[in-house]
Amino acid sequence: MPSIDYSEKIPNNVNLGEDRTLQRALEGWQPNFLNWWADVGPEGSTDYDVYLRTAVSVDPQGWAQFGHVKMPDYRWGIFLNPGDADRKIHFGDHIGEKAWTEVPGEYRANLRRIIVTQGDTEPASVEQQRHLGLTAPSMYDLRNLFQVNVEEGRHLWAMVYLLHKHFGRDGREEAEALLERRSGDADNPRILGAFNEATPDWLSFFMFTYFTDRDGKFQLCALAESAFDPLARTTKFMLTEEAHHMFVGESGVSRVIQRTVNAMNELKTDDAGRLRAAGVIDLPTLQRYINFHFSVTVDLFGADESSNAATFYSSGLKGRFEEGKRVDDHQLRGQTYKVLEARGGKLVDKEVPMLNALNEVLRDDYIKDSVAGVERWNKVIEKAKIPFRLSVPHKAFHRNIGALSGVKVAPDGRVVGEAEWNANVDKWLPSGQDRAYVGSLMGRVVEPGKFANWIAPPVMGINRQPVDFEYVRFN
Amino acid sequence: MDQSELGLIKQHLIDPEICIRCNTCEAICPVQAITHDARNYVVDASKCNSCMDCISPCPTGSIDNWRTVPRIKAYSLEDQLGWESLPEALSAEQLAAQGVAPDAVPDALPPQPPLPAAASGEVDFNSALYGATLPPWSAAHAYTNLYGPKAADRTISATVVGNVRVTEVGRDYDTHHIVLDFGTTPFPVLEGQSIGIIPPGQDSGGRAHHPRQYSIASPRNGERPGYNNISLTIKRVLEDHQARPVRGVASNYMCDLEVGDKVQVIGPFGASFLMPNHPRSNIVMICTGTGSAPMRAMTEWRRRLRASGKFEGGKLMLFFGARTKEELPYFGPLQNLPKDFIDINFAFSRESGKAKRYVQDVMRERAADLASLLADPNSYFYVCGLKSMEEGVVLALRDVAQQAGLPWDVVGTALKKEGRLHLETY
Repeated sequence: MPSIDYSEKIPNNVNLGEDRTLQRALEGWQPNFLNWWADVGPEGSTDYDVYLRTAVSVDPQGWAQFGHVKMPDYRWGIFLNPGDADRKIHFGDHIGEKAWTEVPGEYRANLRRIIVTQGDTEPASVEQQRHLGLTAPSMYDLRNLFQVNVEEGRHLWAMVYLLHKHFGRDGREEAEALLERRSGDADNPRILGAFNEATPDWLSFFMFTYFTDRDGKFQLCALAESAFDPLARTTKFMLTEEAHHMFVGESGVSRVIQRTVNAMNELKTDDAGRLRAAGVIDLPTLQRYINFHFSVTVDLFGADESSNAATFYSSGLKGRFEEGKRVDDHQLRGQTYKVLEARGGKLVDKEVPMLNALNEVLRDDYIKDSVAGVERWNKVIEKAKIPFRLSVPHKAFHRNIGALSGVKVAPDGRVVGEAEWNANVDKWLPSGQDRAYVGSLMGRVVEPGKFANWIAPPVMGINRQPVDFEYVRFN
Repeated sequence: MDQSELGLIKQHLIDPEICIRCNTCEAICPVQAITHDARNYVVDASKCNSCMDCISPCPTGSIDNWRTVPRIKAYSLEDQLGWESLPEALSAEQLAAQGVAPDAVPDALPPQPPLPAAASGEVDFNSALYGATLPPWSAAHAYTNLYGPKAADRTISATVVGNVRVTEVGRDYDTHHIVLDFGTTPFPVLEGQSIGIIPPGQDSGGRAHHPRQYSIASPRNGERPGYNNISLTIKRVLEDHQARPVRGVASNYMCDLEVGDKVQVIGPFGASFLMPNHPRSNIVMICTGTGSAPMRAMTEWRRRLRASGKFEGGKLMLFFGARTKEELPYFGPLQNLPKDFIDINFAFSRESGKAKRYVQDVMRERAADLASLLADPNSYFYVCGLKSMEEGVVLALRDVAQQAGLPWDVVGTALKKEGRLHLETY
């Protein structure tokens, strides 16, 4: 078999061609990655020519090159944002010291764990979404799904690069394991719970890309502050791509809402039954999907009090969201933060050392960001002059991780008893019926410019192409 | 009133209804022109240099919005932060009400993006919906952005090898034919492309001048055949619409150049306003004033091909509008072209003692010939000149087609899809 020129095949700015060790490692890993993609990547898509964005360098012109490509031929590249040789660590115990270009021995295990946990989510979401192509509501949406998929693949490459380059043999083993775990597999599941749930329909996909990929954004933002410079530079570049995923989610849900309010005004009704008969998704159902995806994602930030979070911060491995823009001592010793706990049938604030509450700090930043987008969805409803507002539920609602797990809390933040919970759970979370109804809408629409009945067309196409552009050629 | 106050700019704006506040643009902007509050992402017009770095990274397309406004009336950050949707583009009348001459050109034109794209702002004009964004199938490959903010070399230096006045001496307004030579530095161009000129010095705000964009008036093999040079048609701007004296920075700089002077050039720009190269393809050219530059280039290229005897060209038809006969650039040489080579139609809007005639009026008079060209899929239409002419011209095309029994929704759509109607107005 002729040897592959990886520096040519894999666009990169890390001098891949000059690093023999890395070259050998990737020669071993790359075929396994392609096998993984063929096994559990987007179903039945191998021959499609998809209008995809490929990054070929990190400058503004280089990372958004558009063209039709077959996904297995996608050039999954390895990019680090440009480095700053004088970069200093700007938080934690090592504040003021030079940023690390190699992994310090004492932090090796923790850094590897952080990178593996982040890396594991990337192939997981590809696996979760692999059947969605069969029920795409339009060719435009199909293309967006595939763009998300290949970029999650690229993010896996980014993490595997770090493992190969900086963690020697155990790094290579972890890189293999990333291809062996499977979302939802009882014996060898993905690391984080939310990444083992199926993405059963396109509404879930849009909600997932809005809420759960936004968790990805905040985790990446926190890692982009890391004292380990290669991790910081890698994640910074990943963030530019993550923006597209959130766009898919935000605009996707927004278009579902648009279609629904149009139908409400045409039929002059807010009756869920009549709207469902008309084939659109009623607003209360959308609210229940929001409640579900928001609460599941909020859990991903981890326990409200965590000594690991404190260790990661103090040792400089993981900062806060926009650490560089904050004005405090960036060490946080002796400072406190409020977390919630349920006491006497009520949620009450509890002051805890801030270092231990850093998961909660990141969670609260995330919530602020999520709420802003929900408000933009409300604008669509407002414009249609319909008196209904969507909102995110209270952060204690439907929690399964941390001090609030097991406490029954209504979306408005009231602690409720078992009976009230059971009586209302179908109003608060998508019921089996809701999911069956949404599932029943999922039919494949892939003629250029045509859209499924339950979703409005986007206001503009991708890369200034028209909405009816042939984004996917099925061959 | 000082020149910079009267100047027009193409102001870069972000559509708040489409933007998802992902911060990519703010992170990428090399001059920190983009900022945000809890509500909107906004662009500071005094900082944005139209480098376009933020355009392709934007995941939503909301970044790609431009409005022509007088510099002093640019939307402030406070305005933009309060928006729920983008304001409508100012109409020609609204601009005129703010003291802007109808033929004023924005100081800073955003460079042509290299992607298959409709020029932004087109949705505001129905006529623009029919403008093609793709070149004719037989167009030659255009090189773009070889020099500029994105290129390895930010500018290229050209030497002035000719500067002659082409309108009659004695008029207040004069137009110059300027020839620039690039020596041995690569600067390949095609008819219909344009270049940017950077005037030396600084504006009243102490910043380097923005580049001014000019259409190339010479054919691909040089103003002088076989030489690495190009020509430009430049009108000296001496007064504004109210006849108040104003000296256009770039036009006066260019018109005053002497042979041997050096100028800084960026470009070339443009990958769709290109001529067809297949035998028997017809070209219909509709222009006003210095919009004649690309028409001169295409005509001259066809003339050279014809002289070579090796190319079977189709019909050439020209509709050329100006205020008076004296203001027509190239009036003399145009009259000398053989009638069987090009069908020339003039329209003068300010001839004393005569009714105003615009290009679209003359087009309607020539409806019979235009209709047969509209019916021929080998016909290509080019419109270049003042923005205000665009709608009238496309409407005239539509009426000519419909009167001839050609349904406009079919013809108009085909013109756009097949790269056969090109609009370049300013």
